[in-house]
Amino acid sequence: MTKPRPIFDEMTGFSGQPRKPYEKYSEWFSKEEVAHLRRKSARAESLFRLTGITFNVYGVEEATERLIPFDLVPRIITAREWQTLSRGIEQRVRAINAFLHDIYHRQEIIRAGRVPVEMIANNDAFLPEMIGVSPPGNIYTHIVGTDLVRTGENEFYVLEDNARTPSGVSYMLENRETMLHMFPELFSQNRVRGVSHYPRALRRSLSACRPAMTQGNTVVAVLTPGIHNSAYYEHAFLADQMGAELVEGHDLRVVDGRVAMRTTRGYQPIDVIYRRVDDEYLDPLTFNPDSMLGVPGIMDVYRAGGITIANAPGTGIADDKAIYSYMPEIVEFYTGERPILNNVPTWRCSDPEALSYVLDHLDELVVKEVHGSGGYGMLVGPAASKKELSEFRAKLEAKPSNYIAQPTLSLSTVPILASKGLSPRHVDLRPFALASPNGVEIIPGGLTRVALKKGSLVVNSSQGGGTKDTWVLEDE
Amino acid sequence: MLGKTAGGMFWMLRYMERSENTARMIDAGMRMSLTRSSAAESEWTSILTALGLLAEYQQRYDGVDSARVVNFLLRDKSNSGSVISSVESARTNARMVRTALTREVWEAVNECWMDLKELLARQVGQQDLPDILQIVRQRSAYVRGALAGTMVRNDIYNFARLGTFFERADNTARVLDVKYYILLPSVMHVGSATDNVQWETILRSTSATRAYQTLHENEYNPRDIARFLILDHRLPRSLAFCYRKISDNLDYLARDYGERMPCHQRVQEICDRLENTTIDEIFDGGLHEFIMEFLSDSHMLGKQIETDYRFIE
Repeated sequence: MTKPRPIFDEMTGFSGQPRKPYEKYSEWFSKEEVAHLRRKSARAESLFRLTGITFNVYGVEEATERLIPFDLVPRIITAREWQTLSRGIEQRVRAINAFLHDIYHRQEIIRAGRVPVEMIANNDAFLPEMIGVSPPGNIYTHIVGTDLVRTGENEFYVLEDNARTPSGVSYMLENRETMLHMFPELFSQNRVRGVSHYPRALRRSLSACRPAMTQGNTVVAVLTPGIHNSAYYEHAFLADQMGAELVEGHDLRVVDGRVAMRTTRGYQPIDVIYRRVDDEYLDPLTFNPDSMLGVPGIMDVYRAGGITIANAPGTGIADDKAIYSYMPEIVEFYTGERPILNNVPTWRCSDPEALSYVLDHLDELVVKEVHGSGGYGMLVGPAASKKELSEFRAKLEAKPSNYIAQPTLSLSTVPILASKGLSPRHVDLRPFALASPNGVEIIPGGLTRVALKKGSLVVNSSQGGGTKDTWVLEDE
Repeated sequence: MLGKTAGGMFWMLRYMERSENTARMIDAGMRMSLTRSSAAESEWTSILTALGLLAEYQQRYDGVDSARVVNFLLRDKSNSGSVISSVESARTNARMVRTALTREVWEAVNECWMDLKELLARQVGQQDLPDILQIVRQRSAYVRGALAGTMVRNDIYNFARLGTFFERADNTARVLDVKYYILLPSVMHVGSATDNVQWETILRSTSATRAYQTLHENEYNPRDIARFLILDHRLPRSLAFCYRKISDNLDYLARDYGERMPCHQRVQEICDRLENTTIDEIFDGGLHEFIMEFLSDSHMLGKQIETDYRFIE
């Protein structure tokens, strides 16, 4: 066993004294009463309920609409820290789009021997239907949510690049609205960069990616699987804020070579579709034939340049957990620069040597399914029981290529408001980046997810995590 | 706008209106059973009939009594016509058309659902019933108010209004249909206390008691009551009033879209009949027959609107 490393708290560092970005907040907090703040917190919750910011939990019959708990202590990032993070994210987003174009065209990176061909050939996330397809501006991933963790004053790691359909941006926006509503004084004491322009930026960015053949005003629609989807609230929220239509598969059909939506005046063509439906369900004629969520024939229209699909089908090949371990090479290959942000060292269990190391150190490592998401099917070694470890060992031995392993990082903490006052909890950060032919735009801040259970490292909302408002300060 | 959204707006307001109407019927039934307990059973039976729920009720329960009928109409989730089911359906439609709603309208619907879900989670005792029925009516009024106060006057709004008046006209017609026999001239000579209570119940379940008294000097009189509920443009729950509103809203759509549809012809026919008929002619031709024809035309109109504006594929 490795000995536990000290944990970096973003409010108090390693020293216990407030760090610079938290000085004003700490001063403010010291004058507040915990009981009063807790009442405010309860009020925030009823506001969320009224607004309907809910989230459907799979596998729970009653009370299917739940709130993601909101903690009112903000997570604060300095201007300098943000500068590094945003430059690093931009670099990765550019590299990912270049990688996707390459992978679906000449596959230079494989020819150069930097990524093994098996990574692509044996990967379900690779869509042969996308070979040779060049979307407008060669943008494949239009909206990226980069998951970051912090372990020290200047140590940040990228945990995952969510390049398919990252969710959570509505919480970033609503959390800020709630904070502005509850604590306006904090925003006059601290200069916090705004996030509320996100929907406009998203619309602008999507419109810039419209197909070359389209004319007039750009018609944008958000495609949702429907009101029972766990992120339905977000789909409706974004459509509403962008002034776009919120459509489901049965509202759409292919008419005269375009994807069109059934309006009260007949079928109207769509230029850009922001889909929140997985690749597999997008087109029953091309992918899963049983899908009721997609549009029969949309892939043909797409390949003919009649519609922009954001994010493009097949982007999953870039955020696959096995590909993740190649990200440093990918960044260097396409940008010619060294990666600004660190990758977490990763053992690919498909490699026999790596597998034997992982099996020997299972109780120290985090093991993840290559294609998993949402914190499902994952083992946190140090927190697992003997029984869980041996069960996982069996799964790992049965299908090693299905897993990767990483060291258990000592994730930074930010305090939450607990019953008796502040109490540290582990956090991660998901900033949102928008890519278009005009460049990459990153909204200052993002979604801070927090593990509400003391000591827990799992921040996913599906596993009982909460969220915080994330502040990027204007200056030091 | 999407055809689905048009349908969602229409149904959201229909369901809100339905919850309110059902609450009003429960109120009328309760009043009747309190004042004349001997007539309670037949009163509840006619209310269930008017709501089109008698068969469903009889499948589930033996015998008609106040407590069970109230429970069935108010909070039975397996009854798709109960207040709680209507409110839930309204809210499901609101979620579906969330992008077409202002925050105020959405919150009014959502709050209505949240409050009633809690209030109706347990059996409602007789002592709490009046308050709860009042809350149901108020919540529905909030939604209408938020709609009127915050929504842009465009096609989205027109479809919402169509839903309100469609459901309301339907409800008034059903009340009349169940009670038509006590409005017939043949029983007029009776003029007993029994009839007075019956007539009052009709007015009560359409929220027209006070309006009737303000506008009519004389005692309750079946012919006046029928005229009032069918032909009087001043009463917001009369068939003529609702149909004028339906016609107005369809006209706005025709102007907005620059196209008249088959539903415009149909609504014109219904309006013409309501404008050009006297109550005597209605009685001569048969009140029951008149209402049956109205309900059938109304149903056809609903189908036509659904087709013309592509609510569904």
